[in-house]
Amino acid sequence: MTTDTDSLQNRAQSSRLGRRLLAERYSSYWLTGAGYLAIALFAGITLLLFYRSLPILSEYPLSSMLTSANWDPAANNFGFLPAIVGTIYVTALSMLMGVPIALGAAIYIAEYAEGRTKTLVAALIDVLAAIPSVIFGLVALIVVVPVIGRYVAPVFSENTVGVGIFTVSLVIAIVVTPFMTSLSVESLESLPDELRETSLGVGATKFETIRSVLLRAAGPGIFSAILLGFGRVFGATIVPALLIGGQTQIPNSIFSTGQTLPTLIVNDFGELMSLPLTQSALIFVGLMLVIVVWLFNFGAMLVQQRLKRRWQYQ
Amino acid sequence: MNRYMTQRLFGIAVRAAALLVVGVLLLVIGVTVARGGGVLLADPSIVFTPPGSRYMLEGTGGFLHAVLGSLFIVGPATVVSMVAAVSTAVYLQSDYSSRRFSDGVNMFLNVLWGTPPIVYGVFVLTIIIATGAQTSLFFGIIAIAIFQYPIMTRYTDEALRAAPETVRESTYGLGATRFESMRMTVRAAAPGVIAGLVMGFARGIGDAATVLFTTGRSTRMPGGLFEAATTLPVLIFDQAMSFNAEVRSHAYAAAFVLTSVVLGLILLSKLLAGRYARYTPGGNR
Repeated sequence: MTTDTDSLQNRAQSSRLGRRLLAERYSSYWLTGAGYLAIALFAGITLLLFYRSLPILSEYPLSSMLTSANWDPAANNFGFLPAIVGTIYVTALSMLMGVPIALGAAIYIAEYAEGRTKTLVAALIDVLAAIPSVIFGLVALIVVVPVIGRYVAPVFSENTVGVGIFTVSLVIAIVVTPFMTSLSVESLESLPDELRETSLGVGATKFETIRSVLLRAAGPGIFSAILLGFGRVFGATIVPALLIGGQTQIPNSIFSTGQTLPTLIVNDFGELMSLPLTQSALIFVGLMLVIVVWLFNFGAMLVQQRLKRRWQYQ
Repeated sequence: MNRYMTQRLFGIAVRAAALLVVGVLLLVIGVTVARGGGVLLADPSIVFTPPGSRYMLEGTGGFLHAVLGSLFIVGPATVVSMVAAVSTAVYLQSDYSSRRFSDGVNMFLNVLWGTPPIVYGVFVLTIIIATGAQTSLFFGIIAIAIFQYPIMTRYTDEALRAAPETVRESTYGLGATRFESMRMTVRAAAPGVIAGLVMGFARGIGDAATVLFTTGRSTRMPGGLFEAATTLPVLIFDQAMSFNAEVRSHAYAAAFVLTSVVLGLILLSKLLAGRYARYTPGGNR
């Protein structure tokens, strides 16, 4: 290998071809490195976070930390249950509100809208997907919080100023909807027109065509759109940190304040960086986020492959 | 209810969903423009004024530190990330790797793409703790670059995929090496690559969770690569919950600036893609 390089180097001094071959060789080293970068990042993140959560994992058994409701790092009580329950509430509620709207909007853009309306609506939804989530949080503080505190919560005879799990879920649903919409539009539009023509040709209505043919054929793509949306909802940080109220308790209703796993990190990192065990506990929270998101992603890829085989039309 | 009724109702529901999403967008932009624009019109100088000594408490001075911090962090991060993203996409697309390998890496890239940004923040913070360093501009750059990498790789990958196959065939036919052929392919895919660059910048400048722990949330002007700094989203986050109305009004103004920058960048990326398309093979269809 070295002699090979040496001879190349010698030729590089004498000929143009040698120089080109040398450039080819070095660039291919660089590109190979870049090709492995994604895997290296993945492994690096998992290993470093795992290594840094070892102190807390060796101190307390995992099962007791996940089921204890007592979070008080100053007194060495590390119960993650309130944050876990809060995260589940927020994720479930947001997906419940966001997915139907996202699907509806996607179907409208892909199947109903035409011409300039279509271009305009699609562009507006792309814009909405690109607005930073901190802007949504800020606008929600002005608009959503008072409305929920004054008008929505009293209907359910709840007493709240407006921040809490429901508010967070609503705003996160707004944040992820355009994102899921534009991914779903992509997969609906990539379907061949014969599918629509055939289905309409045998007498199905437009709704029946969409429900039984198009949604199935685009199923794998829509599924992965929903899944990417899930990852966003699950790891949403800024919106919950602004709007959830930041009280580490198990929420007793959807309007109560609470905590999610990401906000636990945001709220406690500042003051508690100096305590090694707390630090380790918060890094462990990061590890939990990583593991859940990655398990879901890899699981989804498997499911998606099966769906592709089952629902294919070509 | 017969099937034609269902059909009509479904049509109405779908239109309502789209209308709702567009309505929310108009509401968000409207509130940002009305609130932030009002504050900026009253005193446009806060964008160019350095913060006073008690800025976060009393709102004296302006938020030039966050504007500069955003530029100094996201600019270099985008360059670093772009180099890595183009290299990776080239490796996966061209004749460097096997189909199997590139499918595998794509799987990892998708997973990284779906990873919440706060994880990257915690990861970089863990590096800071492990090396005994301080939170600073430098680590903000690293965190944002990691965050942008999967996004930009995806855009670049799509652009390269869409580049005409004839470019590769003809360059090889003329006796080019893989490296030379790859350079021509990237040039042919330039519109998509540049659109990806701008989108990556837009996503990077809007993200707060990655830089929240890594840059130090400073309230002074950025002093150097290894000094604490802050960015616009972090500033908005910190100011949004302030009890001082003056400080909160600065958050609206900063939100207005951030939103205009992001929207401007998206527009720019669309325009650039359209303009460059004329100079690439097969572009001006």
